[in-house]
Amino acid sequence: MPEHSEHIVSPKIYFTIFIALVIGTSLTTWAAFQNFGPFNIVIALGIATAKATLVVLFFMHARYSVGRTRLVIVCAIFWLAIMLALTLADYQTRQPRMSRLVPPAVFYRV
Amino acid sequence: MHRTGELFGHFQTLEQQRESATFGMWVFLATEVLFFGGMFLTYTINRHAYFTAFGVGSNDLDITLGTTNTLVLILSSFTMAMAVWCAQTGKKKLVPLFLVLTLVLGCAFLGIKFVEYKQKFHHHLVPGRSFDISYHVNHPAPGDDPKEIAFEKEELAKALASDPDTNSHAQLYFSLYFAMTGLHALHMVVGAGLVMWLIGASLKGRFTPHYHTPVENIGLYWHFVDIVWIYLFPLFYLIDRHR
Repeated sequence: MPEHSEHIVSPKIYFTIFIALVIGTSLTTWAAFQNFGPFNIVIALGIATAKATLVVLFFMHARYSVGRTRLVIVCAIFWLAIMLALTLADYQTRQPRMSRLVPPAVFYRV
Repeated sequence: MHRTGELFGHFQTLEQQRESATFGMWVFLATEVLFFGGMFLTYTINRHAYFTAFGVGSNDLDITLGTTNTLVLILSSFTMAMAVWCAQTGKKKLVPLFLVLTLVLGCAFLGIKFVEYKQKFHHHLVPGRSFDISYHVNHPAPGDDPKEIAFEKEELAKALASDPDTNSHAQLYFSLYFAMTGLHALHMVVGAGLVMWLIGASLKGRFTPHYHTPVENIGLYWHFVDIVWIYLFPLFYLIDRHR
């Protein structure tokens, strides 16, 4: 029989994470109706990232997984960061007004 | 192919086989991150460029249905995690039960999504010839909150003052809404199909503490689809709710 290296997460932890995710959802919905000015999007994405982190760490067992799996997760986030950062930097540093994405007028005449 | 029980000939042990399969699943999910990432990037650039029109579009979404769907999906992730736990600890009878619960919740999500899409058709918010961002405020349905309609009307008038092409730009918002939630829903349909297959296999008692890789890896996929929704929900439903 093969030995088992996999970690078994208890239902108690799963339930705690589930409750935390429900609280996160309520919190982000509540926060959406308050006006925090420029921080609205920061708060919304912050809560979403916290929720996603909980799902990855516990529901997807990343907290207990081997280094190889963690490397894949870090790579995915890193590649995503490259794509977002370089593309957005490109849009931000074009000639004035270019970041406003001048649309071809004919495209919209449906 | 040579196979002993669940162990394929090209692996030494079940342990090695399980670790390889899980590693492969994570690599697949990494490509999925970039797949959805491109769409989130498109969203970000357009949201930045057409800030007011996206706000107007966002307020046309039904926040009650959106929040309900978020909770339904989180609950389905929990039942999926429990199915994995039951398989790991050898509770053979409970595995199909939790899988059926997951499937029911997944279908409930798709059902609610269907109701939302239908509502968008009624409100003329589907990109195309009949798209009209002002249709709903000018033709409110009997059950609509008059205060909300009045607010949306005022917001739309303000948006039109600053951006005369609000209708086209809101159409862009709804194109992204349908593309991104549609792609997510397609992943849910695939997930539901996979869970159906798992239910069949688990009823035959195929999953044991020594072999439950399919439950675990389809679980990973299911949780990933949940994470995509965790980001879609605030970006589409919540960006302009503050009054």
